[in-house]
Amino acid sequence: MRILVRNAKIIQGDRTETGVDLLIRDGLIVSMGRGIIENEADTIIDATGLYALPGLVDAHCHLRDPGFEYKEDIETGTMSAAKGGFTSIACMPNTNPPVDNAAVVRYIVEKASQKGVVNVYPIGAITKGLQGSELSEMGTLKEAGIVAVSDDGKPVMNGDVMKKAMIYAGQFGLPVISHCEDVNIADGGSMNEGFVSTLLGLRGIPSAAEAVMVAREIILSEYTGVPVHIAHVSTKTSVELIRHAKRRGVRVSAETCPHYFTLTEKSCLGYDTNAKMNPPLRSEEDRDAVIEGLKDGTIEIIATDHAPHHDDEKNVEFEKAANGIVGFETALALGYTYLVEQGHLTLPELIRKMTVNPARMLRIDKGTLECGKAADLILVDFDNEYAIDVSNFASKSRNSPFNGFRVKGRVKTTIVNGRIVWSESM
Amino acid sequence: MTHCIREKRKLLSSKTVQTVQESLFPSPGFRNIIIVFKIVSRSAYYFFYAKTLINRKGGRRMRLSSKDLLGLADMGSDEITLILDTAKDMKKIVTSSMKRVNYLQGKSVVTLFYENSTRTRVSFELAAKYMGAHAVNVSVSTSSVAKGETLIDTGKTLEAMGTDIIIIRHSQSGAPHFLAKNVKSSVINAGDGMHEHPTQALLDMMTMREVFGTLEGLKVAIIGDISHSRVARSNIIGLTKMGAQVNLYAPATLMPPFIEKTGARICPTIEDAVAGCDVIMGLRLQLERQKNALFPSTCEFSKFFGLNPENIKGAGKNVLFMHPGPVNRGVEMTSSIIDADNSYINKQVTNGVAVRMAILYLLTGRETV
Repeated sequence: MRILVRNAKIIQGDRTETGVDLLIRDGLIVSMGRGIIENEADTIIDATGLYALPGLVDAHCHLRDPGFEYKEDIETGTMSAAKGGFTSIACMPNTNPPVDNAAVVRYIVEKASQKGVVNVYPIGAITKGLQGSELSEMGTLKEAGIVAVSDDGKPVMNGDVMKKAMIYAGQFGLPVISHCEDVNIADGGSMNEGFVSTLLGLRGIPSAAEAVMVAREIILSEYTGVPVHIAHVSTKTSVELIRHAKRRGVRVSAETCPHYFTLTEKSCLGYDTNAKMNPPLRSEEDRDAVIEGLKDGTIEIIATDHAPHHDDEKNVEFEKAANGIVGFETALALGYTYLVEQGHLTLPELIRKMTVNPARMLRIDKGTLECGKAADLILVDFDNEYAIDVSNFASKSRNSPFNGFRVKGRVKTTIVNGRIVWSESM
Repeated sequence: MTHCIREKRKLLSSKTVQTVQESLFPSPGFRNIIIVFKIVSRSAYYFFYAKTLINRKGGRRMRLSSKDLLGLADMGSDEITLILDTAKDMKKIVTSSMKRVNYLQGKSVVTLFYENSTRTRVSFELAAKYMGAHAVNVSVSTSSVAKGETLIDTGKTLEAMGTDIIIIRHSQSGAPHFLAKNVKSSVINAGDGMHEHPTQALLDMMTMREVFGTLEGLKVAIIGDISHSRVARSNIIGLTKMGAQVNLYAPATLMPPFIEKTGARICPTIEDAVAGCDVIMGLRLQLERQKNALFPSTCEFSKFFGLNPENIKGAGKNVLFMHPGPVNRGVEMTSSIIDADNSYINKQVTNGVAVRMAILYLLTGRETV
């Protein structure tokens, strides 16, 4: 299978080059440059006006398979990823059963290779059953194919367990990803604590619930010398703590998600359950601090936290509703519209936060567009505005607060390992 | 019917009817005549007095802008005033011996209470019945809810049975809003979680307006567990909208964050909060909602945050005591305050029926106009 992409724009360092052709053969990018002549190409794609970018890498998503296939499965989840421009995704272990044993890892890897359309990297549990008490068999899990460990959604409340997890994971070269939330301080809240929660009479989650744990992880990382990755940063204090830690040389990395730099707690008004997530949408001050953190490099990764839920779990009373939103199919466009168009980041900076930076954190060889590397790339139109329409999602679920938002940045074609897995004309 | 009767009408109060009956027919021999007269007078009452209400404001039945009544936060001061004015007229019906008008004839009203209640539920039911509606109570413990039926399914079932108005009380904030989005029936919030209890606040405001004539410039102190109190939230929002000054005092752990953004003032001491106040409102310490560690004990609570004759000395001379009830005697306020002459804790309840009649009337007006 040979694919020739003609006349694309590509990003080289901080510059944009135009009129570039890319030739893909046997799953690899074999040449890149002007005026490539390839008579034997099976497919020629005219990419005039489009960017050819490395396929996006998502460090944080939920595929819900096994156990919650009514929300999403590996087939629909990876298709949703492909449609959003993601070619490599790391999925969280809170499935049923959770990813705390090799059999589940093997199931995910095998199903992803058979039914999936993008590269799937499972993340294993830090503790058995995500219970926060006994360490999981990290070595065995790594052998089976995990790339990192996390108890995402269920914070490891016991500091001693986290400390030991870092030391043990460090020995196997596994990054530790922490969902930072002190559940005691969160106290059963269902949205950010603030004036909006007071008006709505909903129990609030103080921003301190996140920041306290960010501080703990930084201190433990410094103590153990093992790198730690802070998932979905949402508060101003967290950003400040991470910035300060990085200056001191602590090996901490951080991600945020599109909803934390686009929305605020005000989206919860009217008890809109599509605005319910954990961590919750915060104040404007927090949102601005997250953007500031993205600008100065404190937050180097943008992840989706793709969290599909069935309508029956969202069309209920607010406090009963499930946490999270569908993320793959809106992330790139929201990043472009709210960060690049607003002048906070350049396009190359945005793309690095969605490609090489997460790949580096996960220690996988992905996220670049180079000759000799796997042909994981996407063709994107950043010029034409469109309205997000949840009814067109490839995901099984529709829970997104962005329905109707006008954005720029539409993925036209997604190629994984030299194969076109998604194209707008398909 | 409304359009047929256009001539000027005399207001014929039932009290007059009664006096006339007593003075004209004192002997039991006239029973039959009295019965006939009663029938005549009742129909006269329906057609004369009732129509004067219906034909208010230029002959059109007034109504609320929304299908539902979910909270005072969504309402303007004009709508609050409309409800309070209408309730004033309704009170005449509640206090008359002939508690029957036909404004809600042919309408069905269901009270769906997921939490316990005495006064709110009964006053809604009476309000509906005084106006001729079919009123039904759904008892959650014996209904399909106990079998795990979801709120949305219960709501749709009631809607399919032709319910015009669903009155809901629920432990979760926003449950009435969720129901309102999913059914065509009007939804009235009779208290949701820690969010709002708009009809209670309206009856409180009605009482204050009766006593002081206006809400504008009134000084109201609200003392106690504000954080968990939907009554406090609705009163703070409603009273500040109507131009009253609201002072708040609570244990700092029971004060909702940023509540001062409503325009209410957080006071440093209980004495400061009640100084020069026209109204002091105590709140029930919601022990059933208390999670751990919000305050050490009820004993300490009453000592530092309870109302007693000593710490309210600085209040206005004719200060009014209110409490949404039920009261934990000796915790939120001492019995001497609860039973004082200027305590409106029990007197408030009459206004509860009047306010709820006004709301039912104004909501059903939506469909008839």
